[in-house]
Amino acid sequence: MKNVFAFLFGALFSVGLMVSGMSNPEKVLDFLDLFGDWDASLAFVMMGAIAVAFIPFQKALRTAQPKTVFNEPIDLPRNNQIDKKLITGAVLFGAGWGIAGICPAPSFTLIGLGHSQVLYFIVAMLVGIWIHRKWSGA
Amino acid sequence: MHDFLIAFIGGLMLGLSVVGYLYVNGRIAGISGLIGQVLNSKTMFKTPAIWFLSGLIITPFIYGLFVQPEIELNASPLMMIVAGLLVGFGTRLGSGCTSGHGICGISRLSKRSIIATMTFMFAGFVAVYIIRHITGAF
Repeated sequence: MKNVFAFLFGALFSVGLMVSGMSNPEKVLDFLDLFGDWDASLAFVMMGAIAVAFIPFQKALRTAQPKTVFNEPIDLPRNNQIDKKLITGAVLFGAGWGIAGICPAPSFTLIGLGHSQVLYFIVAMLVGIWIHRKWSGA
Repeated sequence: MHDFLIAFIGGLMLGLSVVGYLYVNGRIAGISGLIGQVLNSKTMFKTPAIWFLSGLIITPFIYGLFVQPEIELNASPLMMIVAGLLVGFGTRLGSGCTSGHGICGISRLSKRSIIATMTFMFAGFVAVYIIRHITGAF
């Protein structure tokens, strides 16, 4: 049952990406192109998402032992450390995002839409995750 | 409808999706994190990640039968491979991407996620600036 919901949330997420334009790599690049013909619209994607998510997330955060609707514990990250890994990782991710205009979720949306050339990106992304695992010894 | 409004509506859907995943499945819907869970034999079937990701891939396939969203993907295979490697490695090293740090992290007001989001946005701006305005590609 919970898995069906998880599937539906993934489905809703992909529709959100397609409706908003986040799944269109060229639009993402236009959004990241501050010094060109800047397309600001994708900033509104983040605003819409946070407008919905802010209060429920804050509520979970401020509850001593937050529970799901199935009365199971909600697992929230508690790490607050700003370290070299966080910054280096964000720089590398941002650079990759700016090269192709694709972040992890839209890569899956694009393959679902049948844009098979995105497989170059997806396979490389999986290899990148694998390299990180080997390198960090996890 | 104005681009900004459409983007905002898409964003509302993303927000609903991550709130649902938090309150039903008890977890943060950070896509790079979900991919990491599915790729790890210890967590592959222990979390609903595989269900969320299935929804993310299958829905666009069905959606595309009715409406083909505007997609423009101009990156060459080589650029997609470089981008994919950076995105895969970077999101694992930095523990998150646009969804985990961007939507969920900012909604938690996590200092770590806010700094990560500013960093990857900045890196994205720089990458696009170099590619579009210095090398003149695209």
